[in-house]
Amino acid sequence: METLEQIKARIEAALPGAGLRLIPNDSPANQPSLLVDNAHAVAVASFLREDAQLQLDYASNVTGIDWPESVRKEKVKVKKVIDGVEKEVEELIEKKRPGFLEAVYHLYSMTLKQGPVILRLRTENRSDKAHLPSLTAVWRGAELQEREIYDLFGIVFDQHPDLRRILMWDGFQDHPMRKDYVEPDDYEYEPTPHDKVLEKAKRHYASEANR
Amino acid sequence: MINTVTEHAGGAASSAGNLPGVATEPNFAITPKISGDGSREGELLEISMGPHHPSTHGVFRMDVVLEGERIVKLKPVFGYLHRNHEKIAEGISYLGSMPYTDRLDYFCSLTNNWAYALSVEKLAGLQPPERAEYLRVITAELTRLINHTCLIGFLVQDMGALGTPLMYAFREREKILDLFEALTGARMMCNYMRFGGCRVDLPPGWLEQARRVVDNYPRFLDEYESLLTENEILVARTQGVGVLPARLAINAGVTGPMLRASGVDYDIRKVDRYGIYDRFDFRVPLGAHGDVYDRYMVRVLEMRESVKILQQAIRGLPDGPIMDAKAKLRNFRPKAGEAYGRIECPKGELGFYLISDGSPNPYRYRVRPPSFINLTILEDMCLGQKVADVVIILGSVDIVLGEVDR
Repeated sequence: METLEQIKARIEAALPGAGLRLIPNDSPANQPSLLVDNAHAVAVASFLREDAQLQLDYASNVTGIDWPESVRKEKVKVKKVIDGVEKEVEELIEKKRPGFLEAVYHLYSMTLKQGPVILRLRTENRSDKAHLPSLTAVWRGAELQEREIYDLFGIVFDQHPDLRRILMWDGFQDHPMRKDYVEPDDYEYEPTPHDKVLEKAKRHYASEANR
Repeated sequence: MINTVTEHAGGAASSAGNLPGVATEPNFAITPKISGDGSREGELLEISMGPHHPSTHGVFRMDVVLEGERIVKLKPVFGYLHRNHEKIAEGISYLGSMPYTDRLDYFCSLTNNWAYALSVEKLAGLQPPERAEYLRVITAELTRLINHTCLIGFLVQDMGALGTPLMYAFREREKILDLFEALTGARMMCNYMRFGGCRVDLPPGWLEQARRVVDNYPRFLDEYESLLTENEILVARTQGVGVLPARLAINAGVTGPMLRASGVDYDIRKVDRYGIYDRFDFRVPLGAHGDVYDRYMVRVLEMRESVKILQQAIRGLPDGPIMDAKAKLRNFRPKAGEAYGRIECPKGELGFYLISDGSPNPYRYRVRPPSFINLTILEDMCLGQKVADVVIILGSVDIVLGEVDR
């Protein structure tokens, strides 16, 4: 099979304007992935499915990842003038990465028996702009899995035919697979807490009152 | 404009009138009440099948809309067994998740172990030694025998053959479970594989016992088949029922015996050649029609191929270590990166997608459950069928709710 660089070059030739980025993978598995911009995601996906050399007709694994806002410290060499002499000094720079949610598609070809090609889509942020285009129209196999991502991560897939909660119940509010998810004191809420639940709730509310 | 798949049944209810085999006009004398939006609401009957219906293979519910006895709409509802396996795994070490994988598809704990071990080995760059690979093949193929035998038992029970075929299946399963118990200490929750090998070596006499069980298996299959394959009731109830076209099956990500019953030659043992499957001589049985009968038949033939693999593996089992010397049991921290590993488990493609950030716990741990994804096209297979066939079609999908709900 072609390398991901070659695939990327061919997509760029076929779909000018599509924003693609290679995401390297340092593990021995050596499975790099392709980050696609949301506006061209469906077009890129259809291209990958229809292309004669790839024929990625099978979306095997579709999943979400939560990347909360993170701060990474990096050492950078900076030239500074100290006492009239220019010197190279190492400085710690804090790099802030805004949080986002990610959907990952592992694609294979059943016809040509090759793969995987890994697609990634990223939302703008984790709160009000957590939208991604749905690829269910291209690969039906993504239907239930995108619903699961919506349920557990809170990514809203536009144009999904049936976007509802799937594993959690309908009245559930939060998205449990997010990294900052806080478990409720009691999943099965009862108006009169008792025993261990009461203890837990007392502790919880006492700590809140002290704030 | 993108090219959407024509078989897609997103709005099933709206297109119900055009379905093949569904009469546009009801064939009974009651005049349909046409409601404001033009639908014949008054004639449709909504039924909630499950979650405790005995034939639903666990706590699984289907919201079914019927017109007479025919299915017009079907929505699977699940999550009753959801415990967020993936979240639990993010909070514990890599090895800590190994016993949890037993509980995914509790019929096939050993293949679950293998899929997880394979993914972690990809992530950390480990290579199990020869003997461990053979042990993995032997245990995985025995698991396949168990799964397919029991599935057929359950399938026939769904058709109304109460007990007998299932008891025959359980009799054979017991022999293999005894082998598992002798090897791993547990009958179902085996927790046998480790990253870079297997946990324990074979106890004395195990291989002899296994050879006897395997060599006798074809005789049992002959007996089973003589009861079922040409059975008039089984043929009448399954042929032409729940047809799944190959193109739709591929697009919907269906894997395993269901896919091969639709005539698609895709077996990950042949495609990826993971482990040492390239050393064995076996064939991939394919169906021609994609109906429930083909799914039954593909499973029977697959068991015969599994017996062939087992005989070769037992014959070829080499001596040697069973763990990769590089593998660390304690303080196991794979380098930052990600890996997706997959195997052909009895129900289809079981994959694990792992992301490591260099810490002892996985940053992201994802299970690609075959029976969950095979349910995507349950509605498409059931539309236009009789309500009694839904139970059989569901049975032929072969789901285990421990895996569907995770």
